[in-house]
Amino acid sequence: MKILVTAKRVPDPEQKVKFKGNTLDQSGVNWQLNQFDEYAVESALRLTENASSGNARNGEVIVVSLGPKDVQQQLRSTLAMGADRAILVDASDENLDSEIVARTVQKLVEQERPDLVLLGKLAADSEANDVGQRLAGYLGWPQATFACSIEVTDGGKALLVGREVDAGVETKKVTLPAVVTVDLRIVAPQAVKNGVTAATHAYADGPRYASLKGIMAAKKKTIADSSLAALGVAATVRAKVASVDAPPARKAGVKVASVEELVQKLHNEAKVI
Amino acid sequence: MPFSGLDYYNVEDLYSDEERQVMQTLRRFVDDEIMPSIGRHFRAGTFDPAWPRRLGELGALGASLKGYGCAGLSPVGYGLIMQELERGDSGVRSFASVQGSLVMYPIFAFGSEAQKDRWLPKMARGEAIGCFGLSEPDFGSNPAGMRCSAKRVGDKWILNGEKRWITSGSIADVAVVWAKTEDKIRGFLVERGAKGFSTRNIEGKFSLRASVTSELIFEDCELPLDAVLPGSSGLRSPLECLSQARFGISFGAIGAAMACYDEALNYTRERAQFGKPLASHQLVQQKLVDMLQAITQAQLMVWRIGRLKEAGRARPQQISLCKRNNVKMALKCARTARELLGASGITDAYQCGRHMCNLESVYTYEGTDHIQTLIVGQDITGISAFQ
Repeated sequence: MKILVTAKRVPDPEQKVKFKGNTLDQSGVNWQLNQFDEYAVESALRLTENASSGNARNGEVIVVSLGPKDVQQQLRSTLAMGADRAILVDASDENLDSEIVARTVQKLVEQERPDLVLLGKLAADSEANDVGQRLAGYLGWPQATFACSIEVTDGGKALLVGREVDAGVETKKVTLPAVVTVDLRIVAPQAVKNGVTAATHAYADGPRYASLKGIMAAKKKTIADSSLAALGVAATVRAKVASVDAPPARKAGVKVASVEELVQKLHNEAKVI
Repeated sequence: MPFSGLDYYNVEDLYSDEERQVMQTLRRFVDDEIMPSIGRHFRAGTFDPAWPRRLGELGALGASLKGYGCAGLSPVGYGLIMQELERGDSGVRSFASVQGSLVMYPIFAFGSEAQKDRWLPKMARGEAIGCFGLSEPDFGSNPAGMRCSAKRVGDKWILNGEKRWITSGSIADVAVVWAKTEDKIRGFLVERGAKGFSTRNIEGKFSLRASVTSELIFEDCELPLDAVLPGSSGLRSPLECLSQARFGISFGAIGAAMACYDEALNYTRERAQFGKPLASHQLVQQKLVDMLQAITQAQLMVWRIGRLKEAGRARPQQISLCKRNNVKMALKCARTARELLGASGITDAYQCGRHMCNLESVYTYEGTDHIQTLIVGQDITGISAFQ
């Protein structure tokens, strides 16, 4: 299976953010790979390897990103995890919106012709959660969002995708090629079944570490450069950020004197019991 | 909360991308797989038998060697592995140091092709464990006086003597043992189960409790002729290994110091006395700044020695200076952190007490602080104070 995975670098969510006008103050920001995209890379690797036989590769994983040259660092770490190659489309965050990103990935899909596009369900910075959906629309491909499990079925022609919805887990069957966005439980030990790795195999929970040999091997893998112009994507930003505000500081709580008072408040004020 | 490191001077800018990635990988590994259980292992005095395999899967064992399934990292990359492991615990780092610098390295540098093929790939994967026997009950700082001897009798070597303070001794599949032969000191590979070879653990340690420390006993231990490391020749061979290990320790000590600084900073910012955080008091701030300054200096030292080593220009005496400075620095940081944590600092709910106890060993092993001092003293004066 050939899989295209999107990867965005985002500021470290643990770090305190500073604003400069309507944008994030980027000085002193620690950049890292968007967590959900890291999960998408992990899922793609699980889909394209035989974990029962020394992780032998069984397909191709191409990681794509839009961003400045520095994003090479994050791409390199996905190559160190085991992805085969990467494409970096030169762009700066201020000049991008979901539409441009989706159109760019569409062009790359037309160029690379993968069987599957895997994306994180959202990026931790903007939390827009719409690139995957737009992309599926533009491509005219079936989509399954918020995947918590993926199983290859029909002899590799389709996927059974589990989606966590309010009422439980909904299972959708999508024929390939398709677009799938992943949620956090996709990296559970047995969330991905590719039909090659033994069905009983359990991965360690979470995305894999880049092993040291992986890091050294990644030096020799290619990161191809591209640009919006080369891909023929119109770079006009249509979504503009009107204003950005930090969330209001949390108000101090109240102290209750007794269990009775707590029960009273939960009943009368919070109305939860 | 994941450990975010300490890099006041942006020293990380001086590392290559791979070196930074190695550091990040190990940092995450330590957060996920060492920190949750290290307190329990330290208290119980146990080494987790799962660690070698996990470190092997990562490629963290013998990572600076080239070929034989090793990662072939730069010296700085190797050092950063040690730094991050020791941020977790000196005992875990000691295991990795011994495996890589004191066992895989001599096999790599002095071993025959057959010895390398037999041991290095397995050891890199953590499937075989090694130990290094140089110190003896009566000969620590003065290894030249060693009593352990190897005699050639027919088609065998007969080994007699004792080695003491041996990290991983009783869990090792193979021991690199240094012994006097007729003409010079040579290294031997002694496999677990060899006739006349036994081990005994050293109990009652208050330091490096999460690592195994043993005695090795050889009583007419019979070894095949090809047990000798053919390239080993004289005391300079084990000393070369120690130089490798001291290099890693110089980085490792910074990890322990960073953990203590981090803990002291967080604790003193949160704990209030006299109506304000401890960290608002001048005496506390001074201690925090002293730690920060000492760690920053140490980071610059190891970066430089790493680059010198990469260029093949690092002299053992320069490495000794690094070990001397950084371990003393880390021990001081651990004691300061312990002090700043007050009574909490003496319990194992916090890390600084564990690091403090561990670092007492690090201060002494692979060449004591005194010996490092006299090595550098001899280097600058041309006069040996101990020979």
